[in-house]
Amino acid sequence: MKFPYSEKVLEHFRNPRNVGKIEDPDGKGLEGSPACGDMVAVYIKVEPETKVIEDVKFESYGCASNIATGSVITELAKGKTLEEAKKITWKQASEELGGLPPIKAHCSVLAVEGLRAAIRDYEEKHGLVAEREETTPEVVRRRLKHVMNPLTGLDIIRTELILKTTVEDGVIRVVVDLPSDHQFASAIKEDITEKLGSLWDVERVEVVFTA
Amino acid sequence: MTYLDNSACTRLDERVFEAMKPYFFDTYAVATSEFGYSMGIEAKEGLEQAREGIASRLGADPGEIVFTSGSTESSNMALKGVVAALKEKKGKHIIVSKIEDFPVLNTAKALEKQGFDVTFLEVDPEGFVNLDELEKAITDETILISVQQGNQEIGTVQDLKAVSEICEAKDVLLHTDATHSFTRLPLDVKELPVDLVTTAAHTIHGPRGIGALYIREGTPIHKFMDGGFQESNRRAGVENIPGAVGFAKAAELVTPEETRKLQAMRDRVIEQALAEIPRVTLNGSREKRLPQNANLTFHYVEGESITLHMDMRGFALSTGSACFSRSLEASHVIMGIGGDHERAHGSVRFTFGRYNSMEDADAVIDAMSEVVARLRVISPLVEK
Repeated sequence: MKFPYSEKVLEHFRNPRNVGKIEDPDGKGLEGSPACGDMVAVYIKVEPETKVIEDVKFESYGCASNIATGSVITELAKGKTLEEAKKITWKQASEELGGLPPIKAHCSVLAVEGLRAAIRDYEEKHGLVAEREETTPEVVRRRLKHVMNPLTGLDIIRTELILKTTVEDGVIRVVVDLPSDHQFASAIKEDITEKLGSLWDVERVEVVFTA
Repeated sequence: MTYLDNSACTRLDERVFEAMKPYFFDTYAVATSEFGYSMGIEAKEGLEQAREGIASRLGADPGEIVFTSGSTESSNMALKGVVAALKEKKGKHIIVSKIEDFPVLNTAKALEKQGFDVTFLEVDPEGFVNLDELEKAITDETILISVQQGNQEIGTVQDLKAVSEICEAKDVLLHTDATHSFTRLPLDVKELPVDLVTTAAHTIHGPRGIGALYIREGTPIHKFMDGGFQESNRRAGVENIPGAVGFAKAAELVTPEETRKLQAMRDRVIEQALAEIPRVTLNGSREKRLPQNANLTFHYVEGESITLHMDMRGFALSTGSACFSRSLEASHVIMGIGGDHERAHGSVRFTFGRYNSMEDADAVIDAMSEVVARLRVISPLVEK
């Protein structure tokens, strides 16, 4: 029997660590949605002086790689300062798990984003964040680095799948270098819309395919 | 391993294998004409007997059966062959239900790209085609309607009689994909005015790589693969005689008694799941469904996690979750019956076959109950 998952992934999937909610958390992050198929909630307790994450818990509605990454990310974050925890990457989590299948990058990256969202939530509540920035094509491209190309497991910017991005009057237009009937066209479109739709000054996201 | 994915593929029956064997090792020639050599003539006899076997299960004439490589090819041949024959003469409009399996659905989409006009017919929350909508969708240009007999995922069995009557009255050809219902449900082409029927062996403990298309005599259809003159010049390529023989044997072995057993397992799973596990929804119709199929959504949890946990407990199941699919898309069937992503992601299909027992049905629900409870503990969608 050969799963595409490492033993470590399966172990975390079977026995996820730090599962559940924290009552009255200092920071909470929720990433994904039932619509995109995966959802992760991360709760943190922060020591106010040292800014060390004293406790962290997660909940997952998702596939095995989502659950395993959620589990491992809590292990990585516990005991770290917010600044240190912010720097935890998907790559680190993946390495810690002995590798993840590229096609599952999307599901597992959510856990990392959940942790970051919880930290951001803490920072916002404590007045530690700068002003909101205006959405520009650069901001869009930065966000799109979190959208995975399921064929490679690398993001769609790095794999040069995005031909063009424009921002005009609250409407973002993204041109994707794929035919509209490509196997992953709908999945990528959904992912892009979800990543950009939440930007504060964006009203609509248009994803256009080249053929 | 308790295998409950019998609509994907089934274990071959030994009796089928034994029937096929001589056509691999002894009578391995191609089917020759009666002026050929004796091994080829004998092979031809085997092929024609197999054809009679399949024909008899449909109430068809043997001459109306064309062997193919399976249901994908059968449905491709039916749709592409008929539109090629009629596009100049009658029109360029076809109608398919939106919950058809991929061979029909994606063939229809491919035809749409080529300039055909395709209506994807809506279905109701149980998956039934709306007959009024069907009737309204038919125009003078409509050449073919394709409505399956039983759904691959949610098991809903269409009222083919009503569909066929509409088609007959409006003089439109009807194709039905019977991949999951062939031999399990009645389908007699003498009683039902259906023009084309897709069948396959892999769902009834026959070999994979063999299927058949029933083509009512006189149906306008063009050959869709170019090559030799096999199958009365309707399907090119060296005939898969061992496959055809195996298919006929597999069809012969399906009995109403066995089908009733599968139905009892199906009912057990549906009833037990609804009774024992909270927040479960049955997908498809309770009454008019394939005898081997149960499909349930376990809310707040994701299907790939369920199937992986179930696999670790020794059960093979499939799900309509995006994570499980090759395209990362949620089941078009669950979405088609008005379900949302959450309903698709938590959907699990249980399909029974000859080698399952009532104990399997009980055991799978016990295991499901445990797995679902476990996953709900970690789900943010559950209020705790």
